[in-house]
Amino acid sequence: MNNMEKQEYTITLYTENSIGMIGRISTIFSRRKINIESLNTSPSEAEGIHRFTIVINETEEVVRKLCRQIEKQVEVLKAYYNTNDEVIWQEQALYKVPTEVVTEKAPVERLLRQYGASAVVIRNDYTVFETAGHREEIDALTDALAEYNLIEFVRSARIAIIKDSEGFHKKLKEFEETEPAEEVVENRYLNKQDKVFTM
Amino acid sequence: MNTLEITKEPETTTQLSGSQAVLEALLAEGVDTIFGYPGGAIMPIYDALYDYNDRLKHILVRHEQGGIHAAQGYARTSGRVGVVFATSGPGATNLVTGLADAMIDSNPIVCVTGQVFAHLLGTDAFQETDVINITAPVTKWNYQVTDACEIPTALAKAFHVARTGRPGPVLIDITKNAQLQLFAYAGYQPCNHIRSYRPKPIVRMEYVQQAAALINEAKKPFVLFGQGVILGKAEAAFKAFIEKAGIPAAATVMGLSALETSHPLHVGMLGMHGNYAPNVLTNDCDVLIAIGMRFDDRVTGRLDKYAKQAKIIHLDIDPAEIDKNLKATVPVWGDCKETLPLLTDLVTRRDHKEWLGRFRELEQAEIKEVIHDELNPTSEVLTMGEVIRTLNELTGGDAVIVTDVGQHQMVACRYAKFNQSKSNVTSGGLGTMGFGLPAAIGAWYGTPDRTVVAIIGDGGIQMTIQELGTIMQFGAKVKILILNNEFLGMVRQWQQLFHDKRYSFVNITSPDFVTVAKGYGIPGQSIRERKDLKQAVSDMIAHDGSYLLEVMVGKENNVFPMVPQGSSVAEIRLK
Ligand SMILES: Cc1ncc(C[n+]2csc(CCOP(=O)(O)OP(=O)(O)O)c2C)c(N)n1
Repeated sequence: MNNMEKQEYTITLYTENSIGMIGRISTIFSRRKINIESLNTSPSEAEGIHRFTIVINETEEVVRKLCRQIEKQVEVLKAYYNTNDEVIWQEQALYKVPTEVVTEKAPVERLLRQYGASAVVIRNDYTVFETAGHREEIDALTDALAEYNLIEFVRSARIAIIKDSEGFHKKLKEFEETEPAEEVVENRYLNKQDKVFTM
Repeated sequence: MNTLEITKEPETTTQLSGSQAVLEALLAEGVDTIFGYPGGAIMPIYDALYDYNDRLKHILVRHEQGGIHAAQGYARTSGRVGVVFATSGPGATNLVTGLADAMIDSNPIVCVTGQVFAHLLGTDAFQETDVINITAPVTKWNYQVTDACEIPTALAKAFHVARTGRPGPVLIDITKNAQLQLFAYAGYQPCNHIRSYRPKPIVRMEYVQQAAALINEAKKPFVLFGQGVILGKAEAAFKAFIEKAGIPAAATVMGLSALETSHPLHVGMLGMHGNYAPNVLTNDCDVLIAIGMRFDDRVTGRLDKYAKQAKIIHLDIDPAEIDKNLKATVPVWGDCKETLPLLTDLVTRRDHKEWLGRFRELEQAEIKEVIHDELNPTSEVLTMGEVIRTLNELTGGDAVIVTDVGQHQMVACRYAKFNQSKSNVTSGGLGTMGFGLPAAIGAWYGTPDRTVVAIIGDGGIQMTIQELGTIMQFGAKVKILILNNEFLGMVRQWQQLFHDKRYSFVNITSPDFVTVAKGYGIPGQSIRERKDLKQAVSDMIAHDGSYLLEVMVGKENNVFPMVPQGSSVAEIRLK
């Protein structure tokens, strides 16, 4: 895809777990009038390091500059960004529907099967289903259930695993060294000498 | 995790209050001057200060904004961290303009603000504001301390963050209970490493080599230098580089004085009101070498018509600046004090005589069309330019020039001569009116042996004129030179040129400044005739102490050349 075109990017941040991080990060987007589609914070694979997963719809250039600005935050260790095909990602959704609809309306049961939803709680009056998947699947199920008295619906932020990441353990060690490691910013010119010298 | 990691293990401990620990930290960091203003939430720190009076000089400003601008001026002339104290609520919010100014101009500042007791946070207590969130976008880092044990670590981190990498302002907000709390103090340990903070990248030789190769092939190379050269203390390395490579060099407003004005390779100032040659030839050079500058829109004019023909080499310590506005052909990330000598080693000794000659030719055109008449006017009224010329003649270029914001700022930056670095103090990125007077006070404390001249408009002086009281009380020897055109001149110029001369609220009246100064015990005079100019400037400089000189100048003079907004640098207008 042309990198001047807007598309969904998943930004993955590794940060210290300090108070106010969400605010600091979110103002970097809001200052530039960029909408955050979803934001998740959680622990990461590295102990004591927090992981932010942020989804935005932007061009590659904007996302790259944003990540640089984010990395300027003293408590951010690293910012990565990936396109959808570079990550494994999921969102989770919970649906509350009247139990009678599930028991009495055959299409509802079919729908739930079709989307792989499973029951979390079953009560006389309502049942809560859970499903996980891509946005489109969740949205489709939501739309379908809307016709059957969907009482409550909630969808989580995206969480994503970067396909070719080795995790943060090694990087964290580099960051902990007093002497800085080479990688601080990746060099996208190094192996492109010919492109530089076209005078 | 809410608390900082406390690195120092107590070996021998003494009981100290949080307030004492703050002052011990300042001493350990070599701080000698604090600019501040007390209030309820910072009273314990001021109480402790009573006993540190012999070791820490505290300048009581007249407004917290004045305090932080003074700290900025101090940082700019001394190269050290400026320190500010303010109380919670209104004291802290009064700092915001200065923080924003220091952030965009990369000034190393540490602000300590008092905050209400921790148990009152979030209760809308008296003088409680959410200082951390208000200041987050305008600080490099900020942190709220609620437990005295964190104070040494928080301050150590604050100083480290403020002065390393690309410097910037840091704010530490300390709740009153933490200031009062006694704790086992194990001494102060400076911070030199934060794992999530990499102030400077490792220099990659590959880039340096690529840059050198481009420079060595160049026929029309051109250097742009910014404040990064000064912040990196790389003036000597910078000069060695341009001299060996024989490259003409132009300054941004913030870069002025990094290279002495009289240097044969210095070809002037860039930007909207910069010199003709460097603006025009930006669009003619073949390799543009930007050092410690960030391609601000006031420098580039219309970006899509900026240096399109050139290969761009960008040396900067802040990776976020590379490719931000202008795509670099070769980015040289790193501290220019490290990268410049490496580059100098690899460049061949050259002299681009003909190319430099082009700059000098265009300079002649500018002298003929603009400079000559501005500096040697035949008009009846005085010009700002001739005042600066007179100042140059009398100081020889040795003075620190502090300016406020407006026409006088541009005229001063255009014409002031600088013999040494850290001599130009101005609000470049934020363009903060009211900066000049307090910044000059701080600038003087940063270098009390030098002559400090504050050049200020009749509008800007009235924004922070209360700081005359600070001068009165503490004796900063600041020379205040008001260039009075009886207008908010720069806005009037725009209204004249771009709004059909519809002068909308730019006509500003002033008090009798000499009388006002007199009220503060500061001598002065006001002049409006050419025959009095030299003597008056000379009296101002010779006076041992602060002095206010008001010069009435042409009311509707304009600053030229000018790159109109939305035009390319090559379209710079001489009139
Ligand atoms: C705090 C602030 N408010 C408004 C402005 C907009 N502004 C820029 S220059 C200027 C006029 C300055 O007038 P004066 O101080 O008389 O200086 P002159 O331009 O006449 O030299 C104004 C209002 C500003 N830069 N800063």
